[in-house]
Amino acid sequence: MSIIENHKTNGAAFCENPKLKARDVGVFYGEKQAIFDVSLDIGANEVIALIGPSGCGKSTFLRCLNRMNDTIDICQIRGEILLDGENIYDPKVDVVPLRARVGMVFQKPNPFPKSIYDNVAYGPRIHGLAHSRVDLDEIVEKSLQRAGLWNEVKDRLHSPGTGLSGGQQQRLCIARTIAVDPEVILMDEPCSALDPIATAKIEELIDELRENYTIAIVTHSMQQAARVSQRTAYFHLGQLIEVNPTDQVFTTPQHTLTEAYITGRFG
Amino acid sequence: MTNTSMSTREKVEKSMVRRRAAEKRFRVYGMASVLFGLLCLVGLFGDIINKGASAFRQTVIQTEILIDADYLGINKKADDQEIRNADFEGLIKQHFKKLVQPEGRSERRMLYSMISAGAAWQLQEAVMLNPSLLGQTMSINLIADDDVDQWFKHDRGTELHNNRMNETQVKWLEQWIEQGMLKTQFNTLFFVNGDSREPELAGIRGAITGTFLTLLVTFLLSFPIGVAAAIYLEEFAPRNKITEFVEININNLAAVPSITFGLLGLAIFINIFGVARSTPLIGGLVLTLMTLPTIIISGRAAIKAVPPSIREAAFGLGASKMQVVFHHVLPLALPGMLTGTIIGMAQALGETAPLLMIGMVAFVVDVPGFVNDPSTVLPVQIFLWSDSPERAFMERTSGAIMVLLGFLVTMNTAAVMLRRRLERRW
Repeated sequence: MSIIENHKTNGAAFCENPKLKARDVGVFYGEKQAIFDVSLDIGANEVIALIGPSGCGKSTFLRCLNRMNDTIDICQIRGEILLDGENIYDPKVDVVPLRARVGMVFQKPNPFPKSIYDNVAYGPRIHGLAHSRVDLDEIVEKSLQRAGLWNEVKDRLHSPGTGLSGGQQQRLCIARTIAVDPEVILMDEPCSALDPIATAKIEELIDELRENYTIAIVTHSMQQAARVSQRTAYFHLGQLIEVNPTDQVFTTPQHTLTEAYITGRFG
Repeated sequence: MTNTSMSTREKVEKSMVRRRAAEKRFRVYGMASVLFGLLCLVGLFGDIINKGASAFRQTVIQTEILIDADYLGINKKADDQEIRNADFEGLIKQHFKKLVQPEGRSERRMLYSMISAGAAWQLQEAVMLNPSLLGQTMSINLIADDDVDQWFKHDRGTELHNNRMNETQVKWLEQWIEQGMLKTQFNTLFFVNGDSREPELAGIRGAITGTFLTLLVTFLLSFPIGVAAAIYLEEFAPRNKITEFVEININNLAAVPSITFGLLGLAIFINIFGVARSTPLIGGLVLTLMTLPTIIISGRAAIKAVPPSIREAAFGLGASKMQVVFHHVLPLALPGMLTGTIIGMAQALGETAPLLMIGMVAFVVDVPGFVNDPSTVLPVQIFLWSDSPERAFMERTSGAIMVLLGFLVTMNTAAVMLRRRLERRW
């Protein structure tokens, strides 16, 4: 398999009310190009699933959306990504407020080695979102409730976050992310380290969060993509092969590569 | 071809013999190494304790002495200055002359040499504290001379030519022992006195205070500088030729023989900047140079060991670089940094060579009060004493080594405990 020459993304890469617009995004790790001319819209209040075989660049693309790749020295990005029409790679843009607007949940649950309360309160604290102790308590409670964790932890808010189970830790990370009230949440395989029950809870949560947030989720599980997302984008060797409404991708894929992947011929 | 007739299982079984033997051999080697290390340690400690334990006991002569006010020429209203000028030494000599009845000058001299010069000070101090003693008889434990001390502790009953006591002196001593006058007591002077030419009066307080002040200077300079350098190099410095050069040189510095740092301190701090020699300040400066590489290297290792997922989490929430470093990386790296610092400080505690270069090898009697007073440090004191001809200094050398080892063990234990506490926080 090799990169397709003069590839044009199949399906509907653009949508009506985009929150994020990626245009001709290319990513280089030193000499090696990891992503080729990806153009994709992510609509407001939708869940878009990014799927594809390992090493296809879906995580790399996701990390471009809040400039997490900036922390890698050799990583270079071309093209532009617009959040509400504003290019986030503009030299004038500061990544700190950007990441407050575009939050991220990682593959492995990574709570801070602090208490549950401090984990959730950290974001609001550094951004100065709470004016008083009461304010902060309220934000923490609301975030934990939205993440479906409040009832499980309300009696032990000051015990370490690392003492929770894997699924609870991941929901704590989601609570921590929504505590800063972002507009977009990026999720990089959020359930890959979790058991099916914890996964089901997170999926349910994603569905609820859609009301208030725009969500992009990278996943290796096609069932998960089918369950939680409205649109699905299929990546292959750094190229965006096909974007379509999820049910369409899984029933009538346009591209042969997409079809091969979802039917399990490779992946 | 017998081999082909063997089944795979047989081949595996056959190879197991060899593999099991190899494993057993390795275990034996390992155990032998550990045992050897332990033996060395036990041997070292055993020898030092064996030689040095007696340094903590001091021979004294218990006697009833009349504080003769007329002889001293002072009365009960005398002020401290007058008491200080009074001839207590003569009083003691007179007392022992009466007690032993030596014949002729040479015997008198032999007698006087058996009592420490410190005995007069003891008496003087007692009178200064309580002038009403004047004219009364008091019982006091007078410090014996180091030769008497050694004889009583080690040589009693051995051949005369082995020790520095002659027949007459031994006769007197045996008499005193019979009368219960000669005994040993805890050697307080060893801990409260500074250095002295008289072994029985020499103590380690000056050296300990000097060590403490020197290490204080070292810590106050090397910890903040080392941690700041480690953080900058690890988190903020751009990766280029210059930082690479700096990194290589920090590693080189860690391997530089310590006496070189002494020369550097002499050339730069003393000759160019005019820092006073032989003080804890200059000692601390030189030891800072020596400790910095250790702290920087261990600090960087501790920072590197912080899981990247924690950084990512903080960055993902919109924390700035400073916030990531100071809220997350540093607290997690601090136990490791502290351990490195304490290891570096323990190294500095035992360091002698560079301090010789900057004059800390001087004979200093006074206990230093601050970082700019002349002083010596414990390892240099040990070095000085080990060079002294008096036998009593030999046991004091071992005694001082025991104190130094005690400090080292305490510091390392503190490091371990501190680290555990910090790590247990979450």
